[in-house]
Amino acid sequence: MKTTPDIHVLHNQYKADLKSEKRRVRVYQLLIFIVFFGGWEIASRLEWVDPLIFSSPSKIWNLFTVKLLDGTLLNHASVTLFETVLGFILGTLLGTLLAAILWWSPFLSKVLDPYLVILNAMPKVALGPILIVALGPGFTSIISMGAIISVIITTIVVYTSFREVDPNYLKVLQTFGATRFQSFKEAILPASFPTIISTLKVNVGLSWVGVIVGEFLVSSRGLGYLIIYGFQVFNFTLVLMSLMIIAVCATIMYQLVAWLERKLIKHG
Amino acid sequence: MSFLTINQVSHTYFSKDHATSALSDVSLSIEEGEFISFLGPSGCGKTTLLSIIAGLFPPTVGNVLIEGESGHNRSIGYMLQQDYLFPWKTISENITLGLKLLKHESEDSKIKALELLESVGLTGVENQYPRQLSGGMRQRAALARTLAVDPKILLLDEPFSALDYQTKLRLEDLVSITLKSFGKTAVLVTHDIGESIAMSDKIFLFASHPGRIHKTFDVPEELRSLTPFEVRNHHAYNALFQTIWKELENLEDHA
Ligand SMILES: Nc1ncnc2c1ncn2[C@@H]1O[C@H](COP(=O)(O)OP(=O)(O)OP(=O)(O)O)[C@@H](O)[C@H]1O
Ligand SMILES: [Mg+2]
Repeated sequence: MKTTPDIHVLHNQYKADLKSEKRRVRVYQLLIFIVFFGGWEIASRLEWVDPLIFSSPSKIWNLFTVKLLDGTLLNHASVTLFETVLGFILGTLLGTLLAAILWWSPFLSKVLDPYLVILNAMPKVALGPILIVALGPGFTSIISMGAIISVIITTIVVYTSFREVDPNYLKVLQTFGATRFQSFKEAILPASFPTIISTLKVNVGLSWVGVIVGEFLVSSRGLGYLIIYGFQVFNFTLVLMSLMIIAVCATIMYQLVAWLERKLIKHG
Repeated sequence: MSFLTINQVSHTYFSKDHATSALSDVSLSIEEGEFISFLGPSGCGKTTLLSIIAGLFPPTVGNVLIEGESGHNRSIGYMLQQDYLFPWKTISENITLGLKLLKHESEDSKIKALELLESVGLTGVENQYPRQLSGGMRQRAALARTLAVDPKILLLDEPFSALDYQTKLRLEDLVSITLKSFGKTAVLVTHDIGESIAMSDKIFLFASHPGRIHKTFDVPEELRSLTPFEVRNHHAYNALFQTIWKELENLEDHA
């Protein structure tokens, strides 16, 4: 005789399996974390690695609490965060705007094509010294660095996605007498949201690079300044602490973009 | 004067290496309320002609007049092979899109549009997204979107070809009955001989290379008042099917 398995039991089994897998993943993630920092601490204490260069998690933590309490850290971190967020937003908006202009005028896009390729290939951070001289050694030039590093690649990627929108959507709009602006607003832009979001994710990383390099050059405030300063006075605990803070902030920014993605792309 | 007149239209697509002649000297006219179809092999310029009628681009030679007028801002409904509902808009946003673009959006017209949704057999899906609907339901929604702007003429470019047979038969009936009840003029493009007989009053058979009208068939009076499904079961249907079939074979032999 054939016994029919109870669907309900099977479903619960399936859910339990999912849960246990998730728990295993978490355990391993935690394990890596502990092994990494624990190993680092031990290696540094037993001088398997040079503690002067590699510091140790406990020293970094101590420095972190000291700097946090005297208020200097918050000051530096907030300056950098402000510059990065602004550079990131500017770079993405400007890139998307440029892409829209290129889409608007196919002629212009043909004319500008080789220049975009050159600008994209050029290492933008090399423009740093010129920016600082032109805009002054303040946060304007640092924000520009954060923006400039992502603007061209954003333009290219977003423009490509604008062009790849199925022309039949435009056909539908045209039969309703849509203007070019309406076509852009109703079809081109929303159809490209997924691409724009994925460039946002890339730009989070890029604008941190731009801003940190900018702060290296200007050398007056911010986490980039702390890194350069730590390097000059051979205080690698300071360098590593700044790096950790950057990693945490960049991750939070990335998560915010991911959250925005879920908000914006409801239908998917 | 006819409702729609196509005067000696020819169209050539140009590219760097080729000049493809898609249509050559096509002339025809349609009366108001008539339902006609364009039948013909792939590549004979049916979509091209439909796009020209819709005013999406001008023909290389000739002109198209609707109620004696050329030029843009024609009141046209265009339905494509796939629904092309906007995936990021809800069904109700999709069907009121035309109203919004034509700036005819009012509470009144919105209610009418939602009633249309009901008359094509879709209820309770206003706030869903297209991906939540089946292919047939989406094509119905596309029909409602097309009708919502109350176009004077409907252009249907193989709107049923992506559907399964049963859904297709049902939608044929729905479209035919809906358009008749609103008294719309319509042009249907199809590959399917049966569909053209079942739905239209007059059939233009196209030949390709270059695209041109090969022959015109009038659907017998007794079939016109029937629904597409009934037509397919009528004895007069088979006779016309055979005639058109033979013509098509002839065409392909000569090609
Ligand atoms: N945008 C275009 N550029 C160049 N040639 C084109 C273009 N669109 C169509 N053609 C050519 O024009 C001819 C007619 O095309 P059209 O799409 O009008 O045919 P059709 O009858 O609709 O075919 P099907 O039944 O396959 O849809 C074909 O030879 C095609 O290759
Ligand atoms: Mg076609």
